[in-house]
Amino acid sequence: MQATVVVFPGSNADAEMIRTLRDVVGVTTLTAWHRDTELPAGTDLVAIPGGFSYGDYLRCGAIARTSPLVAAIRRHADRGGYVLGVCNGFQILTEAGLLPGALTRNAHLRFECRDAWVTPVSDGPFTRGLPRVLRLPIAHAEGRFQAAPHELEVIEAEQRVALRYCDRDGELTPEANPNGSLDAIAGVYGGPRRNVLGLMPHPERASEPLHGNEDGRALFEALVQSVAAG
Amino acid sequence: MEPALFPGDRPVDADLARSHKLSEAEYASILDRLGRTPSYAELGVLSVMWSEHCSYKSSRVHLARLPTKGPRVIQGPGENAGVVDIGDGFAAVFKMESHNHPSFIEPHQGAATGVGGILRDVFTMGARPIANLDSLRFGRADHPRTPALVRGVVEGVGSYGNCMGVPTVGGELFFDKAYDGNILVNAFTCGVCRQDRIFYGRASGVGNPVLYVGAKTGRDGIHGATMASDEFTAEGPSQRPTVQVGDPFMEKLLLEACLEIFEHDLLVGIQDMGAAGLTSSSVEMAGRSGSGLDLDLDQIPRRARGLTPYEMLLSESQERMLLVAQPGKEHLVVEICRKWELDAVVIGHVTDTGRWVIRATPGHDPLDHDRATPRAPVVVCDLPVDFLTDAAPKYDRPQRDDLTIPTRIVFDPATIPDPASWEAEILARVGSPNLGSRRWVWRQYDHIVRGGTRARPGGDAAVVRVPCEAPGVRIDKLLAFSSDVNPRLCELDPFQGAAMAVAEVCRNLVCVGAEPIGLSDCLNFGNPERPEIMRQFARAIDGLAAACGALAVPIVSGNVSLYNETDGRGILPTPTIAGVGLIADEGDVVGATFPRAGLAVLLLGAPGGGPLGGSEYVAAHTGEVKGPPPRIDLGAEQSLQALVIELLRERPRLLESAHDVSEGGIVTALVECCVAGDDDRAMVGATVAIDAASAAGEPLAAALFGEAPTRIVVSVAPDHLAEVGRRAALRGVPATRIGTTGDPRLVIGRAGATVAAFDLDALRDARERCLEPIVGR
Repeated sequence: MQATVVVFPGSNADAEMIRTLRDVVGVTTLTAWHRDTELPAGTDLVAIPGGFSYGDYLRCGAIARTSPLVAAIRRHADRGGYVLGVCNGFQILTEAGLLPGALTRNAHLRFECRDAWVTPVSDGPFTRGLPRVLRLPIAHAEGRFQAAPHELEVIEAEQRVALRYCDRDGELTPEANPNGSLDAIAGVYGGPRRNVLGLMPHPERASEPLHGNEDGRALFEALVQSVAAG
Repeated sequence: MEPALFPGDRPVDADLARSHKLSEAEYASILDRLGRTPSYAELGVLSVMWSEHCSYKSSRVHLARLPTKGPRVIQGPGENAGVVDIGDGFAAVFKMESHNHPSFIEPHQGAATGVGGILRDVFTMGARPIANLDSLRFGRADHPRTPALVRGVVEGVGSYGNCMGVPTVGGELFFDKAYDGNILVNAFTCGVCRQDRIFYGRASGVGNPVLYVGAKTGRDGIHGATMASDEFTAEGPSQRPTVQVGDPFMEKLLLEACLEIFEHDLLVGIQDMGAAGLTSSSVEMAGRSGSGLDLDLDQIPRRARGLTPYEMLLSESQERMLLVAQPGKEHLVVEICRKWELDAVVIGHVTDTGRWVIRATPGHDPLDHDRATPRAPVVVCDLPVDFLTDAAPKYDRPQRDDLTIPTRIVFDPATIPDPASWEAEILARVGSPNLGSRRWVWRQYDHIVRGGTRARPGGDAAVVRVPCEAPGVRIDKLLAFSSDVNPRLCELDPFQGAAMAVAEVCRNLVCVGAEPIGLSDCLNFGNPERPEIMRQFARAIDGLAAACGALAVPIVSGNVSLYNETDGRGILPTPTIAGVGLIADEGDVVGATFPRAGLAVLLLGAPGGGPLGGSEYVAAHTGEVKGPPPRIDLGAEQSLQALVIELLRERPRLLESAHDVSEGGIVTALVECCVAGDDDRAMVGATVAIDAASAAGEPLAAALFGEAPTRIVVSVAPDHLAEVGRRAALRGVPATRIGTTGDPRLVIGRAGATVAAFDLDALRDARERCLEPIVGR
């Protein structure tokens, strides 16, 4: 399996994404610069890491969606290639229309960095075989998932909710929702075969013994399994 | 030289010099040395270069007493940041700096640009920043401005660090009425680089090109450095135009571009344009190299129309760098900057004249695309470099003891009536803004970005894993970070208070298993022209020096912030100390909290809270900083720290947790050991006999809340108790069994009776809600 980590000038969570893919999960990991027009040949997974793409003084990801590389990522996704957008990566994917909905300012209006719990909802290549509850860190100011009622209907009907915020026992409670996301949605599937995943929590920051929490590794390993299975 | 005429330039005379904060004697020496009246731009340049902020004119004679050398020191004070050897060919580069005045005027931008400035100081030297700390001090919790200041500063610190991708892993938060009119924002950054890729602020090599890289120049921050060298008045914060506005994304581009330029080894020197902007960066670079510079302001990238030389030279627009390239390499620098979409232009060259020569064309403005005045630069400044740097005034200002201190020290804390309920008292203290949890603050900082955070904020020190890479080498290093000072103890005894600050920072590092390898100081004081303030400053320096000597840890960088006064009322003397520790093995790291039941709780260090003077307990009950303060025995401190490091490095490791006793005394430390962890379901209670932790005959209030230094609460597995005792005895460190972990509550007993017993959830709740009265839920 070969992964390509996308680097925008304002990406800042690329280091941990590369380290997790390359050193922890053990897949060949390359990088692509935002002005590249093609992905490296042989890319199985495109990982768009967290950060501030082009500063994000406008809506997060609103400028990034127009970058040459996002056009290449779109072609990759349309062909059924795997795409993972974490945090700012999720924001970019919704702006680019590769995922439904939008991510707006947290309900409490603050940037928040802490551990949250999520529970897998729908089956898909990134969530297959995950435990019922995962502890994953969040670190964002704009992570409140929103969708218009008709969009939400489609999301639910097509079972595209990948992860929901929950408490540590897996219960969906209002207190467990860290940012006011609609229906506690933490991650959403897209693409012709659920090959695109956007999520606000950072699985790459919970993947090593050093993090004191390796729950995030399971998500990458699930994907490796899916790739191997074709 | 005929002074060139630019719009807004004013005729220079003694009055104008005074309004630029130059004293009569200083202005006379300028006339004398130049043999002429300076131009308007020259006067502006001299006023900022000779400001307290840039010249350290009141502090330099004292700073010379600080220990700045050691076997690990690669670069001490005087450069953009200090550099310390961390082994295997790598180095830690770090510094702490204040941004107090701007943060009081405009809290968000003031704090944000403070972080931006210290980040640039560090990556200027070739190091990728890997951790930030922020020590924050505000006025009393119920002051009407405090909530907005706290919110704004925390948001500003967070926004800049988060966007830059540098984890903010710790700091301090403290409230006292002494800061009502002058808050303190002290920002620390540490970076890591290869020892063979350290870059300095030097401008050498005649003819070498000087490049301007980064954001365009505007009118923001003009005279920021002079403002920072002045007091505030009751008319209040009306100096908003002197505050800069930050653009962290621009700085991220600048960081990545600089790191790429460093990698290709294209530079002779580099310096960030911080306080006093283009002026101080270019002058300091030439000063360090004994060279001269010839700069053409017509080339300066700008974003405001009609900028005059005075404005361009004094602007503190953020996110700008000055580079001196190796001959013929400038186009490679420009190419890398273009990749990162940054302006990069050659604005001049290095000379050997020892003079700082600035040229500009009157009326020329490159932004006037249609009708640009043809370029015909004239000299607008021609000053000897050494006159701006070495010849800057240096004062040994008069000192006098503060005569109010003896009358305050005689206050007897025993006259404070004992509370009706110790339980209620303890709960109130640990839930107070000064002693409770800081989670509300650090949750707004991305403290885990880059995925290297091993110990998050909230413990004694944060621990960060740093990947270190060089050709053929890829290793991880573990570094620890902490910052501290107790300003109340500094107020009552500046020598002792400053020494205790050094000791506490090192103790914090030791508690997570790190060897302290270097410190940075940020010395915040009042008006140095008052002899009492100058005495505080001088005594604090002596205290820092004594503690650094005893603990064998050097101060390698720092900053002085004076004139923290409003209407003649100074802040508490606040020599903030930030420390970096090196961890030998990840297995040495322990947390502050009790990890499980069935452990022995030991106090390492002499039992007893000591006199209560200057404590949070006294302040809470009297509203004053008074009473006899504790003193530190530096020999005992050294033994204690050596012991703890030894116990943590043993295999099997002999300690399960370690937590320093500081503000709020041992009872606060014990509460933290039980409930301060990240996981509210992993809290571990304990039963503690407070009499075992007390000095003979000590009143209960002092035993619980006394803030005597040199004490660490540890938990030990029963199997290791004897060995811990043996090793403590060998080093002459008192080790006293004071309790056992595992009770579902925290129970504090005395002579067999229960003094107080707490439900852990209630303690946690009190701590976590401590800032609610200020910032809400």
